[in-house]
Amino acid sequence: MITVENLQKSYGAIQAVRGISFEVKPGELFGFLGPNGAGKTTTVKMLCTLLKPTGGKATVAGFDVARQRNEVRRAIGIVFQDPSLDDQLTAVENLRFHAMIYKVPRAERERRLEEALALVDLKEKANAIVKTFSGGMKRRLELARSLMHRPAVLFLDEPTLGLDPQTRRRIWDFLRDLRRAHGLTLFLTTHYMEEAEACDRIAIIDHGNIVVLETPQRLKERYHQKTLEDAFVQITGRTIRDEEAQDGSLMRTFFRRRSR
Amino acid sequence: MDLQAVCVIWLRDMKRFFRDRTQIVVGSIRPITWLFFMGYGLSPSFRGPTGTQYTQFVLPGIVIMAVLFTAIQSAIGIIWDREFGFLKEVLVAPISRSSIVIGKAMGGTTLSVFQGAIVLVLAPLMHIHLSVLSCVESFAVMTGVSFSLSSLGITIASRMRSFEGFGAIMNFIVMPLFLLSGALFPLRGLPPWLYWCVRLNPVSYGVDLLRGSLLHETQYSPALSVGVLAGFAILMIASAVWQFNETDA
Repeated sequence: MITVENLQKSYGAIQAVRGISFEVKPGELFGFLGPNGAGKTTTVKMLCTLLKPTGGKATVAGFDVARQRNEVRRAIGIVFQDPSLDDQLTAVENLRFHAMIYKVPRAERERRLEEALALVDLKEKANAIVKTFSGGMKRRLELARSLMHRPAVLFLDEPTLGLDPQTRRRIWDFLRDLRRAHGLTLFLTTHYMEEAEACDRIAIIDHGNIVVLETPQRLKERYHQKTLEDAFVQITGRTIRDEEAQDGSLMRTFFRRRSR
Repeated sequence: MDLQAVCVIWLRDMKRFFRDRTQIVVGSIRPITWLFFMGYGLSPSFRGPTGTQYTQFVLPGIVIMAVLFTAIQSAIGIIWDREFGFLKEVLVAPISRSSIVIGKAMGGTTLSVFQGAIVLVLAPLMHIHLSVLSCVESFAVMTGVSFSLSSLGITIASRMRSFEGFGAIMNFIVMPLFLLSGALFPLRGLPPWLYWCVRLNPVSYGVDLLRGSLLHETQYSPALSVGVLAGFAILMIASAVWQFNETDA
């Protein structure tokens, strides 16, 4: 469902992703792990067509992420790390915007809206402005939205970050049901090891390279660790990574040259 | 280009704008206070060539002011969308970047013409007669200016990462465009450097056309003004499409 061959991304002299290769099978729950700044988000952004690779090749649902961007976009759903809703619109307006922009046929649209809201238990909140929602409600709404156009692959970039255990469990129940019902392929990035544990296979990326690709069980065996977290720390080391924030005074930002 | 996508982007801007009544009121207060306070304040010291009152002279300029600020503000919404993440939702959608830009520019145009029209209907209070023809002409001019300035705003917003620079944009770009548009003073008698600043500002051609249709007084030839405005609009939308294509979430 996803194939990645020697995929690279560099920003000037800095290589964020240094030629990685892997494959995700249809219907798989694929975990993509790594410390902060290891190249996780860059990879996800390239697979989602938000960033252009500087080398190598990747296809999603059979389409090239650099050359067939709109085809890829139609085939994928995304739940971003940070909220991406219009919080001045209502829940149902957010969903309708999505359905219209993905060209869900008019007759289908209202039916799917109902269905999506029911799926994430937000039916009573359909006409409430999103600004009034809690973090968990927003996440559920985003999940519902990402499924409106029936994607073949769903990207989840730390989908349960900052949510309470109840909401996390709820979201995972939805995802399990979806996989069972539609055979959806899930591409997950997370820092929660119990979520990683539930994956069919895990890839760990560090310093822009994939250092291991294995089932959670075999990974623990291979590194002789009881928990996945211990294995993860053994593989990626104990040092804390500090992600560098984007620098720039106004003038520098405004007049910068873009390397793309 | 993708007409449905353009409409959806446009529709969202309409919904957000007309839901927020305070924004409409606040947007109208600035030009209206300028019109009354500046208009009547400077009236005694202004002598128009054909007996025009300053309140009459300045009204077309204030219409353009309302248009200018609304257009930029609406385009700056892109930075908000970036800040609150909604831009990502738009950028990963299976639609072309140019339809997003056109939708945004049309949204900004509609809202700016609306705000400009709120000032325009005050014209009879200043003893300016609004004929059907002058209304049609005024709408055409407002549309052209709005579209160009919305596109300029999109160009700027595409290059900005955060809101910190907003004040600088207002002071370095929007205020000079307004103050040097001939909205507040006529060209005649200006020192040459100032005269040329105004002449080189494309917005001044919009002001002049509007003054022509409302007061039948122009400083440039109308054909030249129409040409400059059309060229400005094409240049700005092209640069908006170009810069937005380069943007990432």
